[in-house]
Amino acid sequence: MLDLNTYKVETKPDWCPGCGDFGVLNGVTKALAMLEIQPKNVLVVSGIGCSSNLPGFIKAYGFHSIHGRAVAVASGAKLANPELNVVVTGGDGDGYGIGMGHFVHAMRRNLDITYVVMNNQIYGLTTGQASPTSEKGHVTKSTPTGVIETPVNPIALALVTGATYVARGFSGDPNHMAEIIANGIKHKGFALVDVFSPCVTFNKKNTYEWFRERVYKLEEADHNTMNFEAAMRKAHEWGPKIPIGLFYKTERPTYEDEEPALKMGPLHKQPFPKAEDLKPILQTFF
Amino acid sequence: MKDGEVTLRFGGAAGDGIASMGETFAKVCSRSGLHVSEYNSYQSAIRGGHVWLQIRAGEKKMLSQGEYADILVPLNAQTMELHAPEVASGGVVIYNSEKLKIRDGLLKQGVRGLPVPATSTASKYGKNPIMQNVVALGGVIRLLNMNLDKLSGVLQDTFGNKAKAIVDANIGAATAGYDYVDKNFGSLNAKLNFTETSRPVMSGNQATGFGALAAGLKFYAAYPMTPASSILHWLVAYAPKFGTVVKQAEDELAVINMAIGAAHVGARSMVGTSGGGFALMTEAVGQASMSETPVVIVESQRAGPSTGLPTKTEQGDLWQAIGASQGDYPKVIIAPSNVRDCYYAAGEALNIAEKYQIPVIILVDLYLSEHIETIEADDINLSVPIERGVLAGPSNGNSYARYAVTETGVSPRAFPGEAGHEYVATTDEHDEKGIIVSDVLAGIPEHIETRRRQMEKRMSKMNYILKDIPPPRIWGPEDADITLVGWGSTMQVIKEAVLNLGEKGVKANQLHIKYLMPFHAKEVEETLKKSKRVLDVEANYTGQLAKLIRAETGFNIEHRLLKYDGEPFAPRQIVEKALEVTQHA
Repeated sequence: MLDLNTYKVETKPDWCPGCGDFGVLNGVTKALAMLEIQPKNVLVVSGIGCSSNLPGFIKAYGFHSIHGRAVAVASGAKLANPELNVVVTGGDGDGYGIGMGHFVHAMRRNLDITYVVMNNQIYGLTTGQASPTSEKGHVTKSTPTGVIETPVNPIALALVTGATYVARGFSGDPNHMAEIIANGIKHKGFALVDVFSPCVTFNKKNTYEWFRERVYKLEEADHNTMNFEAAMRKAHEWGPKIPIGLFYKTERPTYEDEEPALKMGPLHKQPFPKAEDLKPILQTFF
Repeated sequence: MKDGEVTLRFGGAAGDGIASMGETFAKVCSRSGLHVSEYNSYQSAIRGGHVWLQIRAGEKKMLSQGEYADILVPLNAQTMELHAPEVASGGVVIYNSEKLKIRDGLLKQGVRGLPVPATSTASKYGKNPIMQNVVALGGVIRLLNMNLDKLSGVLQDTFGNKAKAIVDANIGAATAGYDYVDKNFGSLNAKLNFTETSRPVMSGNQATGFGALAAGLKFYAAYPMTPASSILHWLVAYAPKFGTVVKQAEDELAVINMAIGAAHVGARSMVGTSGGGFALMTEAVGQASMSETPVVIVESQRAGPSTGLPTKTEQGDLWQAIGASQGDYPKVIIAPSNVRDCYYAAGEALNIAEKYQIPVIILVDLYLSEHIETIEADDINLSVPIERGVLAGPSNGNSYARYAVTETGVSPRAFPGEAGHEYVATTDEHDEKGIIVSDVLAGIPEHIETRRRQMEKRMSKMNYILKDIPPPRIWGPEDADITLVGWGSTMQVIKEAVLNLGEKGVKANQLHIKYLMPFHAKEVEETLKKSKRVLDVEANYTGQLAKLIRAETGFNIEHRLLKYDGEPFAPRQIVEKALEVTQHA
């Protein structure tokens, strides 16, 4: 394991004291240290939102992109250089709202990317509107009479869309979270790690206490992580008991494994075409 | 029929094989030493409807597809009814007499109908009705005194990878058509000299794809959209074996963001779309500029607004390109003017994008993207220059400032994977090291200054780019009575109008603008002020270039020829307007 200071930067996180995202920052950092990945070989990509500031708080390469597009930016980066460890970090609004399209397609592509979603069931940076994972009935600034829609179920969605590693963490248990993030990075294929990361300022409903009363670890519950149907059943458990940990893991070739242009290695390492190699193409126009 | 050239028109329904007829004939002409310019007027329908394609072939460079056909090949009754009356005097309508009739009074005086029993002739070579097209092509070859072997050669190359029986059937049908016309009609009186010089026949989109590939394109993403899709089709057929990823993504948002991600890690990246897709991309265009990530966007305009006319041409997106994305930021807009230009514009755009770490938009349109024309074989230099701009290189141990303020505004670029350069590219305002100053540092005096300096750093790139790109030059006599102003795909047709005006004794010249942003305001203003009369020629409703010229120079172009019906200009339309302006002034 590398020293955690390997990933330390001067910039201090600007999250509210007690924000769940501190736990995720520690979890991601610890996971990288456990896997002994050098900062130069990591690309952390985010979108916009409180949690999307994370790349600025970790020594590694990063791309703090625009709202909802982190997964697309990360997909392009991974396709261009599959040697990089690409980790996407962002919030539920960023990933399950405005960026939902990219999330779904990245999973069916099975790019070797780890996506850590800091799910606080609220829009924090815009001061407390409903998010795609806000529970039905949740009263927020934008839903004064309560949310009418059914929340997105990211775990179930990831399962049906083809993610090959589907897990959930909780900021209240950073060691467990670090473990599942590390396993997600190690996993060859798309890994979703949805994290309950409470917003202490704007979500007074889904608090640390609320989760502490409900969460239990799948690792301690005789759950078969290779059984898709069992994973789907666990994905729908939401009430007095809510599971965290690894729901499902399977092996499937990654997109980059099957992309013909990458057979010869990362794009930037491949030479530019020579004139004599282009000549046969010119001939096709005669 | 004009000496030294001939114009053909094929018409039918979608699915009748009109486009391949056009391409086959274009290649036959090219292999016979003729230049061609083709235009395919098609619809947004997969089967049925009405499609017609015009090819003008001649001994000199053909600057447009012309207007009236000398030879019409109608494949259905609608084409006969719509197009036969337009055939030029001295021309012919060659048609399947077992399927079509020419009603009395349909043809102009001096136009002949040439009936060919194409159904029964073609049926000897296969059941596919497309075989009738091949019979017709054989007939056309005979009418023009061309060499049947050239047609057989093109058919051989087209179907060569299929069964020999298919090649033989096609050549048999072509020969039968040739023989029928030979026996019954002989040749037209076309004055065409054939040579053995053969030239490449290419569309604008093929040239763009080829040019980008030759210039080291490593990542291309697109979502299908007419008229940009053929760049995707061409690249995916040729580029992967050169180590270029070609990716169809879920939407245009993904397309450009993927390209930005790929560029961030060091791949030369490009995307292609039309106006609607570009509208979706615009937020990320600003992202590329703010994060200083090079990316090239090919925007092939089609007739808008909204879904508009998906298969028709227009130059209506200039201001969309200028105004794309929020805020002030550096970007370049290049409008190539013909197929050859598309080939080089792709490489030039990739070079400018990487040299200045900005988004570069190549603005073409349906006409330029999709029409095919001959170019000279030596027009295509396969060793195009590749410039990657300033790179940080191996770390010297000092801390790295990705957004270091420099005189040119360009800071050395580093790529993930390099030790010692770890940084975060950000779309928030940031300091030299990429640390965001938008949150807890915003509004603090030191960072008010940071903001100002970063803004000026980015924008200063535009001054240097302007020096890198050549200003527009007048083509034609200096002391002309009228100057025709245009941009992009209309260059050749305006040039033809200038030449035609000269033949009519009207001295005209042309100012064609290729670089729309940054803009050579000084040079354009000086040129226009010297002109006696100025006519703006554009394929849009509001005169978008004229508006840009006025914004940049204060010069108001009084006369305008604006076309927004979706069809490309014919030289005659420009000539008539220029005559009106010169005679009434």
